[in-house]
Amino acid sequence: MPPAIETAGLTKSYGSVRVLDSLDLRVDTGTVFALLGPNGAGKTTTVRILTTLTAPDGGHARVAGHDVVAERRAVRRAISLTGQYAAVDETLTGAENLRLAARLSGLPRRAAARRADELLERFGLTGARDRRTAAYSGGMRRRLDLAAGLVRDPGTTRVVFLDEPTTGLDPRSRQELWDVVRELSGHGTTVFLTTQYLEEADRLAHRIAVLGGGRTLAEGTAEELKNRYAGHRLDLVARDRDAYLRLTPHATAHTPATLTLGVPTDGSAAHVRTLLDALDPHRTDIERFTLHSATLDDVFLALTGPDGTEKEPSHV
Amino acid sequence: MSDTAANGLATATALAGRGILLSRRNLDAVITSLMLPVMLMLVFVYFFGGAIDTGDTRYVTYVVPGVLVLCAGFGAAGTAVSVSEDMRRGTVDRLRTLDVGAVPFLAGHVVAAVARNALATTLVLGVAALIGFRPAATAAGWLAAIGLLLAYITAVSWLAAAAGLVARTPEAAGAVTFFMMFLPYPSSAFVPIDTMPDWLHGFSEHQPVTPLIESMRGLLLDQPVGGAAWTALAWCAGLLALAVAASGALFRLRTR
Ligand SMILES: Nc1ncnc2c1ncn2[C@@H]1O[C@H](COP(=O)(O)OP(=O)(O)O)[C@@H](O)[C@H]1O
Ligand SMILES: [Mg+2]
Repeated sequence: MPPAIETAGLTKSYGSVRVLDSLDLRVDTGTVFALLGPNGAGKTTTVRILTTLTAPDGGHARVAGHDVVAERRAVRRAISLTGQYAAVDETLTGAENLRLAARLSGLPRRAAARRADELLERFGLTGARDRRTAAYSGGMRRRLDLAAGLVRDPGTTRVVFLDEPTTGLDPRSRQELWDVVRELSGHGTTVFLTTQYLEEADRLAHRIAVLGGGRTLAEGTAEELKNRYAGHRLDLVARDRDAYLRLTPHATAHTPATLTLGVPTDGSAAHVRTLLDALDPHRTDIERFTLHSATLDDVFLALTGPDGTEKEPSHV
Repeated sequence: MSDTAANGLATATALAGRGILLSRRNLDAVITSLMLPVMLMLVFVYFFGGAIDTGDTRYVTYVVPGVLVLCAGFGAAGTAVSVSEDMRRGTVDRLRTLDVGAVPFLAGHVVAAVARNALATTLVLGVAALIGFRPAATAAGWLAAIGLLLAYITAVSWLAAAAGLVARTPEAAGAVTFFMMFLPYPSSAFVPIDTMPDWLHGFSEHQPVTPLIESMRGLLLDQPVGGAAWTALAWCAGLLALAVAASGALFRLRTR
């Protein structure tokens, strides 16, 4: 099967800012793909190019088998976009918003009303059907926004784009949105989502690409990324300078001033125990340790530079 | 009709429905924008009217066309703000992924604006009738006057919508439409032009609002209007064409 999304050498600049610098991506049909990156990394720009809203300066992108520039119409028929900024009207009810979206996608009045009700049901919003969306929780509004993107024909929308779908949501709403993504994926829809949260990518995505400096810094399954880049990091405090020097070759992060060294680990008790035994068989060199759980920062630091000594331990 | 044109029409209709529904939900703002021209009319008639010599015509009858044109300007700010809101939020992105172009998008806003204006026009005419507005128009005269006003409202609303595309913030969008509110003043809308300073005559006589006002007034009083009606219509058509062309280009520029 051809990939749902494929880009080659995608570039885009705004003025003198080079936002995308030769971006290569490949997303297999029917999978959930997460584009992970901090604020300003170019996630929205990527989504806008893939959804035909912005033309790239260079390179190529195909979505659902069609070129995003030359075959814009065909791409638009195959996709749905839920952007970073809400596209639902707050003074309208959930049903009104969906009926409008369905009418805009070309359905006649009756069919639009039916489609609206189906989608409300599917996204767990039937109870809030006739309430104005201003009174919705953040998660409900996001779900409605997502549903509004699917009005055309939920069966033929092949690629769904979600730009930071859970940013600003409380944990419960986030969980509900994750369920929706899983449900979409269960129906065979390809989902391309962007996020700043490693955990989110970890929970939802089959594959993850880390975006930095306008290109993919790393790509793989969550496991692969974590194993390769700072899944967890054990920070060891050496007893003295000699111990520090003995341990140095094993570490990926070094802070001589505090005699602290960082060593990658998967965070499991078994691995930490083995690691400590291997590094310090006589149990004299290591005085204390702290364990960092993986954060996007860790992956980023691992990917972009060797430094990584200034962070707070997340648990001990 | 071609497929795209039919789609465009269906889309514009749905968006116009949305605009009207949003106005109904936001009735406070609509009522405020309705009260303003009515208050202004009362101010003109009762505070200034006595000092203005409008010949045989009562001042209220003289001033009604001007107030109606003023309404269109007040409505424009609201239109610009709603377009600008849609640009700022995700609405336009969503519409574009549904293949909705600039014209149906703005047409939806303009139709909603015309509907709001129709309400304002009715209200102004009602209050005017209560305070002594006595037109002598024939049925055909009424139709022609309303038709001219409609053409002007459409042109101004589309210009306002274009302004909404340019403005980075809804506040700025409101400000851009200021000149539309101002345009009726240096015209024969409220005072005869020959009472204005000489240097203003050239502008006042040749700006679009003057022939519009003159012909509406003539039609409502059942007096001959000469070529003024055609001049007014040409202005409206020209401004509308300009607004449609400009908004198409601005839309492409803002959505790159
Ligand atoms: N329309 C635009 N005009 C100018 N600069 C832009 C525009 N869109 C994005 N940028 C810039 O491009 C960079 C990437 O933005 P964006 O794609 O929104 O990142 P992200 O979604 O990952 O936070 C930022 O530096 C942003 O300021
Ligand atoms: Mg973004």
